[in-house]
Amino acid sequence: MELTILWYLIPSLLMFCCGVYGFITRKNMIAMLISLELMLNAVDINFVVFNRFLFPGELEGMFFTLFAIALAAAETALAIAIIINVFRVSEKIDVDDVTKMKF
Amino acid sequence: MEPVIPIIILALPLTMFLVLGLFGHKMAHRTAGILGTLGMGVTMVLAYITAFTYFFSGSSEFINEEGVRLQSLIFNWDWLAFTDSLVIRLGFLLDPISALMLVVITTISFMVHLYSNGYMRDHHGVWETGFQRFYAFLSLFSFSMLGLVVATNIFQMYIFWELVGASSYLLIGFYYTKPSAVSASKKAFIVTRFADLGFLIGILVLSFYTGTFDFTNFTSVGVEGMANVYQVDITTAEGIRNWIATSPAPVFMGGSVLTWALVLIFMGGMGKSAMMPLHIWLPDAMEGPTPVSALIHAATMVVAGVFLVARLFPLYLMEEAALNIITVVGALTAFYAAMVACTQVDIKRVLAFSTISQIAFMMVSLGVARPEFHHGLGYMAAMFHLFTHAMFKALLFLCAGALIHAIGSNDYTAMHGLRKHMPITHITFLIGCLAIAGIIPFAGFFSKDEILTAVFGQSIFWYIWMSAVAGLTAFYMFRLYYLIFWWKEHKIPEGHHAPHDQPWTMTLPLVILAVISCVAGFVPFGNLVTWNGHPMFESVNFFTNLGALDWSVASISLAVAIVAILLATVMYKKENTLPAKMKNALPALWDWCYHRFYWDELYMFITHKIIFGCISKPIAWFDRHVIDGSMDGMAWVTQRISFAIRGLQSGNIQFYVWVYLIGVILLGAITAVCLI
Repeated sequence: MELTILWYLIPSLLMFCCGVYGFITRKNMIAMLISLELMLNAVDINFVVFNRFLFPGELEGMFFTLFAIALAAAETALAIAIIINVFRVSEKIDVDDVTKMKF
Repeated sequence: MEPVIPIIILALPLTMFLVLGLFGHKMAHRTAGILGTLGMGVTMVLAYITAFTYFFSGSSEFINEEGVRLQSLIFNWDWLAFTDSLVIRLGFLLDPISALMLVVITTISFMVHLYSNGYMRDHHGVWETGFQRFYAFLSLFSFSMLGLVVATNIFQMYIFWELVGASSYLLIGFYYTKPSAVSASKKAFIVTRFADLGFLIGILVLSFYTGTFDFTNFTSVGVEGMANVYQVDITTAEGIRNWIATSPAPVFMGGSVLTWALVLIFMGGMGKSAMMPLHIWLPDAMEGPTPVSALIHAATMVVAGVFLVARLFPLYLMEEAALNIITVVGALTAFYAAMVACTQVDIKRVLAFSTISQIAFMMVSLGVARPEFHHGLGYMAAMFHLFTHAMFKALLFLCAGALIHAIGSNDYTAMHGLRKHMPITHITFLIGCLAIAGIIPFAGFFSKDEILTAVFGQSIFWYIWMSAVAGLTAFYMFRLYYLIFWWKEHKIPEGHHAPHDQPWTMTLPLVILAVISCVAGFVPFGNLVTWNGHPMFESVNFFTNLGALDWSVASISLAVAIVAILLATVMYKKENTLPAKMKNALPALWDWCYHRFYWDELYMFITHKIIFGCISKPIAWFDRHVIDGSMDGMAWVTQRISFAIRGLQSGNIQFYVWVYLIGVILLGAITAVCLI
């Protein structure tokens, strides 16, 4: 059995949908962050796969993924810092409690 | 001539302005005064050297083999080079009139600098506030005026023209805590700016069609190979005449481009030189300190208009119409101002109207100057009168300053009978009056006689008219003289000490100017300043001017002046009821003269009722309601919409994600539908 592009894209799609679902339904901000990372990783897989199958001789997609991973790590660090600060103020990390940023 | 001295002449007053303006408040008052005076003194000496070199060195730069004086560019730097043909230059043009003006400006300016050391402090020796600022502004003015007269091109002249206007504004408003001074300075600035609008348009039209800004080119365009030669014979005006006749210049409303350009440029001159109907600012400008009135509003800045016409005279000669306009405007103004001067109470206002009248004399003289008549006698006469008038009018103003300083009021009603108390001021003022009235051998006699001769050569009507004005001049000046120094015994107010002559810093300039007023008439101007540089006399000695007089004209004007003086003597020497009777006999005439023929009221009516009421108010309404209203409306609509939809921004992140997600799905669906 040959591994076609779909073998990669379908898990990636599932991962992305899980991420979206988790991001919308979870109230815990850490869980939301994890969902976010799932979405990002799904996108990364897409990059790599499309690069591999459409432009086999080239490496742009790979490098782009490396950048995205680095960015995701930085973003996570930032997000966790924010979450810790939120926790210090309100003793909770429920997203429903953090609704002060509005008009 | 090496450009070093001319550069210093311009740079020194500018430096003084910067030094006194920036560091003046850190200096003692006396230091600032002495510094300013010394700076001006050095400038004066250098200007004398320059003028002397120009007139008497006989160098081939300045005079050719036939004895014709040349225009000479000492230096001419490219300042703003926009394109090859559009270059604005700054330079130093030396020719008869600029050399003459250098002498006049620096002399009067130095006298005023010296005089102000005494004038700008009270009887107890307390200095006026802003004394250093005053000297800084005086230096700025001197710099601007010097730059104006030596301008090599009309654009440089325009720049300095505005600078003198600005310094005049600053100095009129020197007592800026006084509302009348503030409004006077604004009035002067706005009226002259309005006139300068015409000047600017004239410059643009003229330079657009001639393709040059340079004065030397205006007299040599079309002459082969002359365009960039530094020394130009002033007589080559023929070249531009041919050039304009052959070039395809359009005609606008019956006048050629040249006519319009020259009339518009003259409009600028009318504003600066206070010709009717743009004269209204000058009487109010007397709100400034009296030395300023002497320097700016009598001797130098107000003759800039005359200078402008003289500078462009070869061009004006090509347009009979423009010269006729100058004659008519000048003659009407001269008569009007002389009439008004007969009734004014404020001594500075009398002198202001007298200045207007005398400048109008110069304008008339330029207006009637024709090369056919006595080698353009009118041009020479105008410049001669400019020179003598600067001296005796500055003298009269400085005397008025001494009187005002001693009495503390501008009204002659507070003076009366001062001749015993202030003998030096009395004698010098009398000399000034004799000079302006045109009594032989004082300076005014010669210059005024030349003017009247020139007018006589052109038109009998204007000759009679101008002679009448000369008579009026003698009358109002001696009316003023008698009312200040005679009329009745001086009454010293309770608790005051008797008025007395002022300190030497104030009397010395009076004496010097009085001496100049006595002898200036003998300067053989015909050999120094003529329109085309050709000398008028074969040889000169001290009595050349006396010998050159046209005695038929001179004796008539002398007789008119003497009759007018006698009339003034009868009416005003001793206290009597004659003036009051005359006033009651012709109440309407007196009223019109006293109220300056209601020109100010007319201007108020035109500006406030017609322009403000009919034009400005609707425009202001349109601006406030339509333009502002549409902007306000947009802001209002935006605000209402924002209030209505701001609930969407709930702060709940997951709600945002829902919205986003639904949006993406919808977009995707729409795209898919469209693609299929």
